[in-house]
Amino acid sequence: MDNESDIRSDSSLTVDQAIANLQGEDLGLRVYAAWWLGRFRVDAPEAVDILMAALEDEDDRTHAGGYPLRRNAARALGKLGDYRAVPALMRALECSDFYVREAAAQSLEMLADGSCIARLRELLNNQIPGTLPAREPPQLTQPFDAILEALGTLGAVDAIADILPFLEHEVPRIQYAAARCMYQLTPNPQVANQYGDRLVHALANDDLQLRRAVLADLGAIGYLPAAEAIAQTPAENSLKLISLKGVLEKQLLHTTPPHLSDGALKVMVLMDDLL
Amino acid sequence: MADHLSSLIRAVDTADSSPRLLEAVQNLAAAHLEGAIPTLIGALSYNNPGAAVAAVDGLIQLGEPAVPALVELLDLHNYTARAWAIRALAGIGDPRGLVTLLGVATADFAMSVRRAAARGLGTMKWHWFPDHLLEIAQGEALDALLFVAQQDEEWVVRYSSVVGLEALANAISAANPEWRSQIQAQFEHMASHDSSGAVRARVWMAQQHLQSETVIQSGIEQLPSPLSATDWQMILEKLYERKGEERLVLAAGDPRLYRDLAGSIAQQLNGAQ
Repeated sequence: MDNESDIRSDSSLTVDQAIANLQGEDLGLRVYAAWWLGRFRVDAPEAVDILMAALEDEDDRTHAGGYPLRRNAARALGKLGDYRAVPALMRALECSDFYVREAAAQSLEMLADGSCIARLRELLNNQIPGTLPAREPPQLTQPFDAILEALGTLGAVDAIADILPFLEHEVPRIQYAAARCMYQLTPNPQVANQYGDRLVHALANDDLQLRRAVLADLGAIGYLPAAEAIAQTPAENSLKLISLKGVLEKQLLHTTPPHLSDGALKVMVLMDDLL
Repeated sequence: MADHLSSLIRAVDTADSSPRLLEAVQNLAAAHLEGAIPTLIGALSYNNPGAAVAAVDGLIQLGEPAVPALVELLDLHNYTARAWAIRALAGIGDPRGLVTLLGVATADFAMSVRRAAARGLGTMKWHWFPDHLLEIAQGEALDALLFVAQQDEEWVVRYSSVVGLEALANAISAANPEWRSQIQAQFEHMASHDSSGAVRARVWMAQQHLQSETVIQSGIEQLPSPLSATDWQMILEKLYERKGEERLVLAAGDPRLYRDLAGSIAQQLNGAQ
């Protein structure tokens, strides 16, 4: 069921207007138009063209030197599914603004084009000059979690040696991203499950924000042995349901509809109780 | 026991941090004491989601005795507390929550409320309803759930409507085989057309259950209804009001029928008590 066309017609902007605003003088309208084009997945070639151009924008700067328009443009391009954006997003990985690099890594993950793997590895190893750290504590030098998640999704098995040290990173969120990534990159199921189990243990963390992040990680990898623990985790039911949805949909890949695996049936019983 | 209760309540009242409040509400909820109801109800208004979830769970466990206070909360202009109260009522399945659930399942802007209401509409304690009221109530629940299954844009709400429809299909009386067919036709459509894999999977499971007549029992006790004749009268009046509002022309039946029915049920029940 795709309701986005309805939302589009309800919204105050039109596609033409958003495209015009993105090229206009008003910086506020420009940054909003970039978000809007992504939100409503306006994948017209013209929209993609001007969003790619917006990745080079120099007009919209924060006091600290950030690039708000580039951030929104990078996020939007991931959602539009146009591979022409890959080279422009790879250049955005060199941006001085931490959040532009983070958005670019996330969008490259969504576009699932392996040509960016080498560049992502360089960023992971902090080998790209001119990239400034995040301003907020813990002032990470690079958006490691976004990079690790992208490498996992892109199947970057050659990068494993670069990834392993991050399992011991001082920031728990980054350890979890590395475990999620290693789960995806490890062909031996028994070894892979050790990484999945790390994430299950992390659900016991005292910090709700971290538990939420781990729920998202477990949903992303669809780790069936985590299902019970996900259902039991103290967190919002809506987040647990999204996580279990990921586990359920992974199960569906192994069966022919309408046949359901025992795992799928078990997950749905858990989900029913969270509604 | 009373000392135990008052110390648990004091812990909630004196909690000076969010984690302590959460822990205190969890402990109070776990005690399963009816005396805890006012404090658990109060926890729905604290603007502490963790504590509210724990309080909702506790109130669902306590069930029917918590219903009057929950219904009262619905009339207050505290949106958040109202949303939690609806979730608790949906979980309890008490008929006094029916008309509220009918309204919010299709229209509330919070998807967590629509989600809880859709499931609650199916898992209502249907065995408590007097025969004639049952048919009107189930007809309304069916309409609302079909609407949600077809129209809601959130996968989780449609998923919940499937759970609700499955439960309703099991509760529908033999006198209405066409309702069961309507549910099956809706499932058939969703089984291949819903955009969410999770929703399609839940439909396949529901179809398997209906085919093999597997009824998921949530341990419903078959005790008789604790509702008074006045309660039923009010439910029927509200249902009648709702039907009048939503359709100028009724698809079947004369509206006066329901008004007469309300009177006759009240008489029957009054006579029985």
